[in-house]
Amino acid sequence: MKNCEYQQIDPRALPTPTPTPPPHLGHDSDKTEEPKRRPRRKWQVFPGNNRFYCDGRIIMARQSGVLPLTLGLILITSVLFFIFDCPFLVKHLTSCIPVIGGGLFVFVVITLLQTSLTDPGILPRATPDEAADIEKQINNPGNTGYRPPPRTKEIIINQQMVKLKYCFTCKMFRPPRTSHCSLCDNCVERFDHHCPWVGNCVGKRNYRFFYAFIVSLSFLTAFIFGCVTTHLALRAQGGKGLVFALQESPGSAVELVICFFAVWSILGLSGFHTYLVASNLTTNEDIKGSWSGKSEEHVTNPYSHKNIFINCCSVLCGPMPPSLIDRRGLLPADESVQTAGVDIVLPTLATKNVCTQGTKGLLESATIPPLLSTSCPQGKPPSAHTCPDSGPAVNSDPSPELPTSCGARHTASSHGDNSPPRHAKTRSKKSKRAALHIPNPSFEVPVSPTSPDAGPSSKRRGHEGASFASLH
Amino acid sequence: MAETHSLQDLQQPAASSKVFVQRDYGSGTISKFQTKFPSELESRIDKQQFEETIQTLNNLYAEAEKLGGKSYLEGCLACLTAYTVFLCMETHYEKVLKKISRYIKDQNEKIYAPRGLLLTDPIERGLRVVEITIFEDRNIGSGR
Repeated sequence: MKNCEYQQIDPRALPTPTPTPPPHLGHDSDKTEEPKRRPRRKWQVFPGNNRFYCDGRIIMARQSGVLPLTLGLILITSVLFFIFDCPFLVKHLTSCIPVIGGGLFVFVVITLLQTSLTDPGILPRATPDEAADIEKQINNPGNTGYRPPPRTKEIIINQQMVKLKYCFTCKMFRPPRTSHCSLCDNCVERFDHHCPWVGNCVGKRNYRFFYAFIVSLSFLTAFIFGCVTTHLALRAQGGKGLVFALQESPGSAVELVICFFAVWSILGLSGFHTYLVASNLTTNEDIKGSWSGKSEEHVTNPYSHKNIFINCCSVLCGPMPPSLIDRRGLLPADESVQTAGVDIVLPTLATKNVCTQGTKGLLESATIPPLLSTSCPQGKPPSAHTCPDSGPAVNSDPSPELPTSCGARHTASSHGDNSPPRHAKTRSKKSKRAALHIPNPSFEVPVSPTSPDAGPSSKRRGHEGASFASLH
Repeated sequence: MAETHSLQDLQQPAASSKVFVQRDYGSGTISKFQTKFPSELESRIDKQQFEETIQTLNNLYAEAEKLGGKSYLEGCLACLTAYTVFLCMETHYEKVLKKISRYIKDQNEKIYAPRGLLLTDPIERGLRVVEITIFEDRNIGSGR
């Protein structure tokens, strides 16, 4: 019965224990990988919804969102600036202008790429042993037929009561300020929002890049806007008129339009995030009003250092935490990894938590198919063009009943693609109405503005949502 | 009989169970582990010893995440270079993580392994838990 291929492992010599199960008869040669096969890296079996490049060095969300558009707009505007405006301004004003412009442009592109290509602070999923241990502690003899009731744990942080929720996908209690992004299917630490403009989540590790990006972008757009205006004004001098100036420099017209709309939204966004940084809040918390003191008790943000300067420093200049997901680590040859296929992907719930922050002009969102644009709660009221379908990013902290009912009915939906049916139990009832309107006006649905709370009617609307989803 | 007995021991690795020491979020989101002594370890190791290990780990993580002059300097320098400096320089946090790794290895060799226990570096579990593997000691039974 002695099996030559069985390796006796001395547990004391191992830095990390990987207890090998006893080999079954006859399957070993097929099951264990031959030594000559190259060992795989951990990113190749990563269960989340991400894409990896350069052998795991670069990580992105699976849906790149409108990142190409963002890059394209920045490139086009800057290139036009250098071609049309710089020569004139260098001649008439100063040669510092292209230098400043170039420096800002480089800074913007670098920070954008870093925001997009960095791990935002993804928490690796719990190992099976850990998950079993947690289950034991909760001691819930749940029925196997449906998902057990949601689990929460309450802790006190700085005299504030904080609820930790159990993540069914990652099988662990989420640390405070952590949220599960359903687009990327990962729990992200200090989750801010999922930004389609950069094609990635914004979380603990890349928030500073994101902030640097939007601040430098607002400087860049303001700078270009100012330069173009000066250029056109100078050309139009002497009674020649604006039309003449525009004819001489047509690129400037394009830049003017882009920058005009960009400046307001980006500046607004930068202002909003400056407020968040100064109070050590995340977009997620701000939108949910976690610390706004809406209840009677005195509720304050337990994570704030109560000092604007210290808050700013800790968020932007604090120590850079390492990536927890070890993308480039090698897999042990016989370790059975958690496969994503087993887990039921939670369908995206329609609480819209931010998505297109800084909509670069609602006009653009109107022309882009509803796929991409969603409501921006940040400064602009949600437009009627929002659509709760595949675009939106969510942080899944809806009311607890939803995962239960969703999980029971919708199994193994595809990752983030064309949307499993959504329950529009949502903040923006307007967008649900809008969604029902957009695709098929002939559909005779008595759309009431109330959110579908009642039981049977919610199911009906859920199915209607499904039919619309399939129309997309 | 004795032969099959020892073969059985060879075929089955030392049985192990795992104990997980969870994070302590009482002070916020900083990395800190609970110092509560798990009951499964009572027969294996001193409560004092265990608490000292966890406390040292907590102190090391606090050092890694400390907000102070040095970390601010590092952050500002990084910002000025558009964060490209992270590509070539090892951050303070990473240096402390290496220190933690060495400490855990050291503790395993000196204290935990002789008692049939094994600490897993929390970074390999995403800083969620300190995983302690308890090995059943079979050598005493079969070594005749």
